[in-house]
Order: sequence, then structure tokens, then C-alpha cells
Amino acid sequence: MISKNLPVLIVTVPLMTAFLVVILGLLKRKLCYPIAFLATLASFIFSAMLLEKVILHGTIHYYQGGWLPPWGIEYVVDHLNAAMLVLVSFVSLMSLWYSGPSAEKEIPKSKIPYFYSLYLLQITGLLGIVVTGDMFNLYVFLEITSLSGYALIAMGEKHAPMAAFNYVIMGTIGACFYLLSVGYLYIVTGSLNMADLARLLPHLYGSKVVLTAFVFFIVGISLKMALFPLHIWLPDAYTLAPSSVSTLVAPTMTKVGAYVLFRIIFSVFGPHFSLEVMPIAHNILGWLAAGAVLFGSIMALAQRDFKRMLTYILVAEVGYIVIGVAIANRMALTGAILHIINDAFMMSCLFLVAGAIVYKTGTRDIYQFRFLHKKMPLTMAVLIVGALSVIGVPPMCGFFSKWYLILGALAAHKWVFIAVILTSTLFNVAVFFRVIENAYLEPREPAYAHDGGQPEIVKFDEAPIGMLIPMFLVAIGIILIGVFSGHIIASIIKFAIPANI
Amino acid sequence: MEMVHSIKPLLAILTSLVAAFLILFTGERHPNLRDFWSIAASVIKFAIVLSMLPIVLSGKMIEFTLFQIWPHVFLQFRVDAFGMIFALLASGLWIAVSFYSIGYMRGLKEHAQTRFFFCFAIAIFSAVGVAMSGNLVTLYLFYEVLTVSTFPLVAHKETPEAIKAGRKYLAYLLTGGCFALFSIGWTYYLTGSVDFAPGGFLAGHGTANQLRLLFLTFMIGFGSKAAIMPLHEWLPSAMIAPTPVSALLHAVAVVKAGVFCCLRVILYVFGPKLLSDLNLWIILAYVVSFTIIVANLLAIAQDHLKRRLAFSTINNLSIIILGAALLSPEAIKGSMLHIAFHGFMKITLFLCAGAIYVKTHKEYISDMNGIGRQMPFTMAAFTIGAIGLTGIPPICGFISKWYLCVGAMETKHIIFLVVLLASAILDAVYFFPVIINAFFKSPQTSNPGNHISEAPAFVVVPLVITAIFSVVFCIFPDAFTHFFKIASIATQNIMGVH
Repeated sequence: MISKNLPVLIVTVPLMTAFLVVILGLLKRKLCYPIAFLATLASFIFSAMLLEKVILHGTIHYYQGGWLPPWGIEYVVDHLNAAMLVLVSFVSLMSLWYSGPSAEKEIPKSKIPYFYSLYLLQITGLLGIVVTGDMFNLYVFLEITSLSGYALIAMGEKHAPMAAFNYVIMGTIGACFYLLSVGYLYIVTGSLNMADLARLLPHLYGSKVVLTAFVFFIVGISLKMALFPLHIWLPDAYTLAPSSVSTLVAPTMTKVGAYVLFRIIFSVFGPHFSLEVMPIAHNILGWLAAGAVLFGSIMALAQRDFKRMLTYILVAEVGYIVIGVAIANRMALTGAILHIINDAFMMSCLFLVAGAIVYKTGTRDIYQFRFLHKKMPLTMAVLIVGALSVIGVPPMCGFFSKWYLILGALAAHKWVFIAVILTSTLFNVAVFFRVIENAYLEPREPAYAHDGGQPEIVKFDEAPIGMLIPMFLVAIGIILIGVFSGHIIASIIKFAIPANI
Repeated sequence: MEMVHSIKPLLAILTSLVAAFLILFTGERHPNLRDFWSIAASVIKFAIVLSMLPIVLSGKMIEFTLFQIWPHVFLQFRVDAFGMIFALLASGLWIAVSFYSIGYMRGLKEHAQTRFFFCFAIAIFSAVGVAMSGNLVTLYLFYEVLTVSTFPLVAHKETPEAIKAGRKYLAYLLTGGCFALFSIGWTYYLTGSVDFAPGGFLAGHGTANQLRLLFLTFMIGFGSKAAIMPLHEWLPSAMIAPTPVSALLHAVAVVKAGVFCCLRVILYVFGPKLLSDLNLWIILAYVVSFTIIVANLLAIAQDHLKRRLAFSTINNLSIIILGAALLSPEAIKGSMLHIAFHGFMKITLFLCAGAIYVKTHKEYISDMNGIGRQMPFTMAAFTIGAIGLTGIPPICGFISKWYLCVGAMETKHIIFLVVLLASAILDAVYFFPVIINAFFKSPQTSNPGNHISEAPAFVVVPLVITAIFSVVFCIFPDAFTHFFKIASIATQNIMGVH
């Protein structure tokens, strides 16, 4: 029973629990966290089971309510979204685990039930986007994600409502573009099912409506995944959001957006459309992505605020993924998908660290990180793992996706992209070693220290264990994914790339 | 070549990684136990490396494949003759430096000793990893870990100057790392392979100009760690690090890893034949010749002892690369020997500089008048190292330089022989004044001049031992570790293919 209905259970369990949490939370507030945790854990276990099934038996089709496609809503789980499901549910689980102590401190007590309800809705939306095989259903989940995201972000610091409002405006425009695109496709094909569209569209490649739909789609999803120069809502929103929220949305939302970009370009429109009918689309995406990588890295270097710095790194990381999609050969796509996985882990890791530092010290200013290696040695160890991974030091996972992207760019003779990737690596070195220097090295001369350099007695004062365990799991994940990237590629990513590329 | 499958390479590498974490978890609470881990690991590591020596001497290669990184590329260790030289050197000298650094760090009551020993062990882990890598990707992996793990060592003093030196170090080496990564990617793209092969595997792939550009990016990449001019700036600055770091890492492990990688690229990726077909060797030879001469000229101007030694290191690293670039069998043999022998002599010199600092806190040569009377053992060892580097028998520098000179003559480009000889004379110009000052001038201060007071035994004994080895390796170049025989085997493998 469970095994047959896995695809839908992944979504319905957190969805139903989201309502349950509010009701139970009003009776007893302490119940919210464990229930939300269990629901996410269930989603994660179901995802893992699904991934195993997909690896063993291939793609799974699930017809909702028994309605056959293209009339009913179909859930399709192939290698790509099975892996994405595991990824999203794992990162969500880690964030939720972490939110226990973190939300307690940052969210007003009376709002805790609503907070967890929204949190679960966000997770539902993210998982739904990934699991569905229906264009309109995807839109619905996209909106569930976005709406709950707006509310969650607005719960943050003083100026968070303003940031959330910006995000609402930009996000809604993005959603409109996406919806228009779906509408246009519906006009010419009469279908919303992805597989059905993929069958019908090749006959309509010349149609101006299809071209417009494609363009609208690209713009809409670029807004949602914060591709430069449509990223402007992201730094504020993710910086000012509560820690436990930014640890959830920062790693997952942009990655899910990248997944949608990948899915729609290669599975719905088909690689031939964008590569042969509209090659310019790949060019534009590529240059924007290169811009994102450079812009993100440079802006990150200009920040004093640790979390804001990470948001700009995130903008750059989205650029990496899109560079891979834009080059669109086997190597580059391998790199892009691998980078979706890696980056979810890296960003999760770094935002978890940022949250833990805020939790203990109340500051996000890099220059006030002095003595942190004595105060929070474990958190700092995790920071180093994450930082080295973003820089691309092997054996951390970040190295491997960069390597494939470089190989893909080499094969496509895109020298500029190689230069961009390598240059941004150097920027990342500067970005992260600035943090590490401040946290680890104790300037021994007063003139150098920003706060006068008075020797200070610093005691060991780590973040609570409920925050440390998720951080360590993610950090271990970073190393393991790096070490086993060959296996991941051979058993999952190889099948996720369209066969005719 | 015959392969022997064995887990020993992995064990040899992991020993210091395990030790690193033991050191970290033992921490400041039990300093004796912590330092015991360093010594135990260094001895075990050397023993494991040594146990692989007979197999290598019999002309076989030891291979261990850990796992697949991606299709057709493995995390693979392969111990061949050339790798053996570097592995023996790095792990052997780690023992000496372990004792020394315990004496040094405690003698100076340095802070953050746990971090120091932790990073030190990680650095050795990656240096030996570099030595035993079977392909470019595995090599790059350890190469980058080595770069990152030595940053805290360079910045150890945590003064603004030290932090600046650390930043410079990272800027140079990680930029080099980017070039190396690009080159490795390109090699993989051209050939579909990254496995080292004696005599190279790039021939027949890509156009001549592509290969020329590839060689350039490779040399920028790995050459930054080998401190080829103009990529050398970081090395003199990094001398701000504690002396054991300068000794092992900036005379043996780090810079030698750079040289080692350059030689791997020259001899095992491109191969002598391809390099001479493309006429690349002569360009490289001129570039490193420039470095050889200019580094020595700059060394004369340094008053800070360790900085003078740093420029001497730059000079010797380029001599090693020159030997490989000449592509003649004798020169290659000479350069491989020089990797090992220069390690012994230079480490002696650095350890002496450290001993002087521990005892007297003097860093400048002009302050060291008459120091030979106060510290006769240290300065005797210094003298041995210094005249050895100049190439005077009976110290092992003579052996390697002899083969380099013979190799230079084999190429019929006498200019390179002149370069080598000129550099030897310049060596004398900047080393001998130190010796003369130390022994023949009377001390500036009024302390009792003839009173012997050496640094602690932990510090002095290792440097005396490395000095003795420097002499032994000249009289019996094939003693103990068979450096001479290994170098011959490696040369044979490389040249025999054609």
C-alpha cells in the first residue's frame, strides 16, 4: 500500500501535517516541533525508498485518483527527480531538526504553531514541484512554496517584512510569467501534462506562440531561482529571514528552480528546441550565468555581514548551475546536476553555521568573529568544510562539479566560462579565508584588531546539540558526496541526462 | 612494468592523517601524549615507506586503487621509483623534524601548538600523497590539501606580517592551483586519460600549439609551488613561519611537491620526446636558468638568514627543474638525486637557523658574529650544509651537481653548464661569509665568547644527524635508502621507452 503510493505520500504527509500542527499547536505548543519533525522524516524515508525503487526498476508513473494522463494529474519520478526528492527532503529534515532550538529563540512563542505549519507547507511545495509531471500542478506547488516563503521570511528581523514584500512583488511577477507560459502552451497543444507536451511540441517548433511560451518560462523561472540580474530580491530576503528559515529556503528554493529549468528545457521542450530552434537562448543564459558567477563572487567580497555574503555566494552558485545548462553537453550537464546536489549541501552547511553563530553570539559581522575557534570549535570545523567545498578543494564535493563544468566548457570550447569559473574560485578563496582568518587567527597587535585587540578569556560555548548534529551530518555529507561522486554519476546522473545529448 | 597490488601506499599515507586527528583530540591537555603521536606516526610512516623499497628496487611498481572517482578515473596510488624518492625523503625527514619541532615549539613556548602539529601532520599526509599518486587527479587532490593545510602554519605567528604572508601564500598557490586544474582538465579532454606513464602520454593528441599552451599552463600551475620566477614572491615572505615549518615544508615537502609535480608533468605527462619535438625544453631551461642566477644574486643581498636560505631554495628548485628540462638521462638522474640530497642539506641549514633563534633569538646574519664559538655543533652542521650546496665534496650536493653538469654537457648546450657552475660560485659568495662571521669574527656583545651553550638536545641532535647523512650520501650515494639506484631505475623507465 505504502510502497505503491509513495509519490503522493511524499507530498501529502507534510501537507496534512501542516494543518494538524496548527490544531494541535493551539492545544499544546510543545507538540509542534516533534510532529513536524516526524512528518519531514517520513517524507525523507519515502523519498529514499522511491530513489531505491527508481534505481532498481526505472521511472515510476503515478496517476492521481486513477485518472489517466493527460486528463488527470500524473506524478512521474525518474532518476533526476528521485534524487532531487531525497536531496530536498534531507536538507528540509536537517533544517527542521535545527529549527528546534533556533526557532525557539527567534520566533515569538505564540506564533510557533503557525511557523511550523508554514514550514511544512514550504516543504510540501518544494517536494511537490519536484515530484509532479504536470505543468499546472507545478505552478500550484510553486505558489504554495512562494506564499509560505513570503510569510516565513517576514517573520524575521526588523526589516524582514519589507524584504518579504520585495520578494512578493518579484516572485509574483515570476509566477505570472510562468503561468503565461503554461497558458500559451495550453492554447496551442491543449495539454498540461509534461510527457504529453513533449510529444506534441516537436510538431509546433515553428510556432511563435511556443517561442513566446519558452521565453516567458525562462524569465519566470529565472526570477524564481534568482538568476542574475533577476536576483535582487534574494540577498535581503534570505539575510533577514529567521535562521531556521534561511537554512531551508536558501539551499532548496534556488535548486528546485534550477531543477524546473532543467526539466522544462530538456524534458518538455526537448533539447532540440532550445539547441537548434533557439540556440540564442543558451547563449543568453550562459552569459547571464557567467555574469552571475562574477557578480555574486565580487559582491560577496564586499560584504561584512556573514549571511549576506552567503546570499551573494548563492547567487554565484546558481550561475554555476546555469552555466552547465547553457553549455548543454553531457559533461556540462553532469556538472550542472551534480552542482545542484552539491550546492544544496554546501549552502545548507554554511547557512546552518551562520545561524549557529547568530544563535550564540548574536552577530553576523565577520569582523566580530574573533576567538570563535575557541568559543565554537565544532561549528568552525563545519564552516571550514563548507568553505573549502565552495572554493573547490578536493575531496569536498564542490570540486567535482566544478571539474565537470570545466570539462564540459573545454569540450564546447567556451574558454570564457572556464576563465569565469576559475576566477570566481579565487574570489571564493578571498571571501572565505577572510572569515576563517577572523575566526581563527588572533591578531596579536592591537593596531590590527578591529576591536582594539584586547586579550580576552574565551570559554568553550558551543551551539546546542540539536543544531550541531544537523550541521555535522551535512558536513559529512559534503565529504561523502565528494568521495562518492563517481557512484552518484554512474547510478543516477547518467540516466538523468537526455539520451540524445 | 610489473605491478604489485598492495595496501601499503594507503597505509603509509593514512598514518599521518590518523595521527593528525589523534593530535587534535588529545589537544593541549596532554602535550606529551600529543607529541608522542607525531613521533609515533612519523616512525611508522617511514617504516611502511621503507618496506616498499625492495619492491621498487626490483623494478616493480606498487599499485593500490581506492575507488572510482568517475568513469575511467580512479583514486589510485602508484609507487614508482620517482615517487619513492620523494616519499622516502618526506617521511624520513619528518622523523627528524618531529623531534626538532617539539624542542623548538616548547623551547620558545609557542602558542597554538595543537593546531601547529595537526596541520603539520596533514601537510605530511598530503605530501606523501602527492608522491604516491598514480594519476593527475589524485595528485591534484593532495596538492590542494597541501596548499590549504600549510596556510595556518605560515600564518602561525598571527602578527599582521604573518597574516599577510599567509594571504600572499594562498594567493599565489591557489591561483597556481586553478591553472593546474585547468591543465589537468584539458589533458583529460585531449587524451581521455590522466594516468602517469614513464615517457609521457600526451604525444599524438592535440595540435602543437595546443600542447605548447598546455605546457605553459601546467608550468604556471605547478611552477608557482616550485617558486619559478616570477612566481616566487611568496616563498621568502613565508619564512615568517616557525623554523620547523620553513625547514620541512619550505625546503622539503611543499616546494618539493611543486618540483615533483613539475617533473611529473615534464617526464610522465609530456615526456622527453614530445618536449624536444615541440622545442619546449629549451624555453623552460632558459626560464629556470634565469631563476637560478637571479635567485642567487638576490640571496647575496639578504641579511635575514632564513630569507637568504629561501632564495637559495628558489635557486635549487630551479636547478632540479633545469635537470629535468635538459632531458638527458644523466641530467634527469642528477635532478632526482638533487631532490633528495638538497632536502637533506637544506633542512640542516634551516634547522641550524632555528637552533640559533631558539638559543639567541638572532635572525640576522650581521648579528651572528662569533656564534660558532657559542654553538659549535650547530655551526659545524651549518658549514656542512652550506659547502654541500655549493657542490664541494665530500658532501652529497657534489654528487647530484656532478650528474647535472654531465647532463648539461650531454645536451651540447654549454650555456647551461655555465649556469650551473656560476650558481655554485654564487652559492659560495653568500654562504661563506656566514661561516666566516660565525667562526672567525669575535662577537659584538661582551658575552663570554668561548663559552659553549647549545640549544636543547631535541633541537641539536636532529640537525647533526641530517648533517651526517649529507656527508654519508656523498661517500655512499647508495647507502640505506638507495637513492642512487632508485634514481637510475626511474631514469631508465623514462628514457627506456623510446
